[in-house]
Amino acid sequence: MKEKLEVSSNPHVRSKVTTSSIMFAVVIALLPASIFGIVQFGWYAALLIVVTVGTAVLTEHLFCKICKKPSTIKDGSAMVTGLILALNLPPHLPVYIAILGAVFAIVVVKLLFGGLGQNFMNPALGARCFLVISFAKYMTNFECDAFTGPTPLALLREGEPVNVFNMVIGRTGGTIGETSVIALVLGACFLIFLGVIDLKIPGTYLLSFVIFVAIFGRSGLIPYLTGESSTFLDFQYLAAQLSGGGLMFGAFFMATDYTTRPITKKGQYIYGIFLGVMTGIFRLFGPGAEGVSYAIIIGNLIVPLIEKATMPKAFGKGGERA
Amino acid sequence: MKTCLERLYNGLIKENPTFVLTLGMCPTLAVTTSAFNGLGMGLSTMVVLALSNLLISALRKVIPDKVRIPAYIVIVASLVTVVGLLMEAYVPGLYASLGIYIDLIVVNCIILGRAEAYASKNKMLPSLFDGIGMGLGFTVALTLIGMVREFFGNASIFGFTGPEVYGTTIPVLLVEIVNKIFNPDSASAFVRGLNSFFAGEFSSYSPIGILIMAPGAFFVLAILTAIQNAIKMKGEAKGKDMSKIQSGCSSDCLNCSDSGCSHRLIQPDKVVKKAKEPVKEVKEAETVATEEAGKEEK
Repeated sequence: MKEKLEVSSNPHVRSKVTTSSIMFAVVIALLPASIFGIVQFGWYAALLIVVTVGTAVLTEHLFCKICKKPSTIKDGSAMVTGLILALNLPPHLPVYIAILGAVFAIVVVKLLFGGLGQNFMNPALGARCFLVISFAKYMTNFECDAFTGPTPLALLREGEPVNVFNMVIGRTGGTIGETSVIALVLGACFLIFLGVIDLKIPGTYLLSFVIFVAIFGRSGLIPYLTGESSTFLDFQYLAAQLSGGGLMFGAFFMATDYTTRPITKKGQYIYGIFLGVMTGIFRLFGPGAEGVSYAIIIGNLIVPLIEKATMPKAFGKGGERA
Repeated sequence: MKTCLERLYNGLIKENPTFVLTLGMCPTLAVTTSAFNGLGMGLSTMVVLALSNLLISALRKVIPDKVRIPAYIVIVASLVTVVGLLMEAYVPGLYASLGIYIDLIVVNCIILGRAEAYASKNKMLPSLFDGIGMGLGFTVALTLIGMVREFFGNASIFGFTGPEVYGTTIPVLLVEIVNKIFNPDSASAFVRGLNSFFAGEFSSYSPIGILIMAPGAFFVLAILTAIQNAIKMKGEAKGKDMSKIQSGCSSDCLNCSDSGCSHRLIQPDKVVKKAKEPVKEVKEAETVATEEAGKEEK
């Protein structure tokens, strides 16, 4: 017995994919939307992105140092959180509000609950809702040099016509990163190609949202049957709802967040449908025109419930006895 | 007299009803939108608490054990009605802003908790001081939470606003000083740009509105409690005797060896007394083991 057989503990097959490589991929996928936002809204938008990302990373580093723990900024998650938050901000927001949002996202939503993988809510979205509630005046003011007047979704709500072509390209008012559907889908395709995200959640989310709007929205099934609308299914309206607001951004980049989505397949379908229905309810019946961020946050909160209901049973556990 | 002072200290710091016992969360979270509201709520609770403790302690031998909770409620409800009517007559503004929470003092768990845990077992004077101490602790906590929330959420303290309270002018002033130092004659483009940037930034300052809404109460309470725990833990780590500011109770009444404890919720019966000795031994062994482990690490 000269040869020693060493048996290490599992896992024996290791993937080369690391947290930082996934985060790096997400940053690259968000680049088209960021660049489009900077080109469209000017250098102040670039300043906002840099400040928000910088604050998020710096806050995480300082918090870890204060708590005498190894700094976790190298996994890149703070950078992604900062970037997603920045793309969710209006282009002319005062800088101190962006800084406050980044600190809130990292410290309160993420690190106080145990850091990456432990947060119960998407940090960037949590911070966005914190800012919307606290600074409603600034967070809902999308007017800038290029675009004045309400966002396309607000116009849709008033029943006024919108230019869907401009919405798909992104030549409309809105937050820095949400306007261009083309840039967002480009980034999402990159992530799907790499296998970082898959279509389960975004697909069911968008599909259930379209079905909800087709039933309850303007010229949908119910207004058609009750006689409120003379036409059935206005496709321009549907397309505008689909490409307006943060729906694409939310569906591909925020609903698919690894930490705050269900891990079971069945659970992910339920989660997607829930998000679609909630977004529809907020947009059509809620007080505001936009509802993606609240829908995803509420979805995050019911994820433990979904997982509990859909967790598969281990072989030999439970089941019916013969 | 010594017990009376000890009771005051106990209520204020050692067993502060809000930060240590986390009792009475409903008024704590709902009412503290401003420092003045917190102070008013705390003081009215303190009056009810002190008087109810006094009355319940006086009647402790008269009230039958089986109906003690309804009896306490009757006493507390009468006192709350008196306090409520007085407040409506003399401080109508505060009464209006506190609203239903005045009436809800009846079911405040601090009051019932003190009646059950202390007043029903102790003499009148210590019970009165226990009520005052607990009420003071509650008042201090509510006022603190209210002050923090009002400061960040409304940029005022006790209703006083001023440009000096919040950084409206100071940063602008600082930038102007920098401006003068760098270029006394004509400000360079960079400094001018910086100046207008900061002036624009801070003149448009608006307070963090969420803090005077419901979620803000949770943020502020949690952060204040965390700060207090951090101070205690630091003291412990340095090896100071923290028994004076820490609640002496491990909150595990079943395994507690102090049978004369006034906060005892479960009276030790014979079974527990038999089991007590081995439990104590195990605990001692554990502490010895952890101490040894700590020495080895050092």
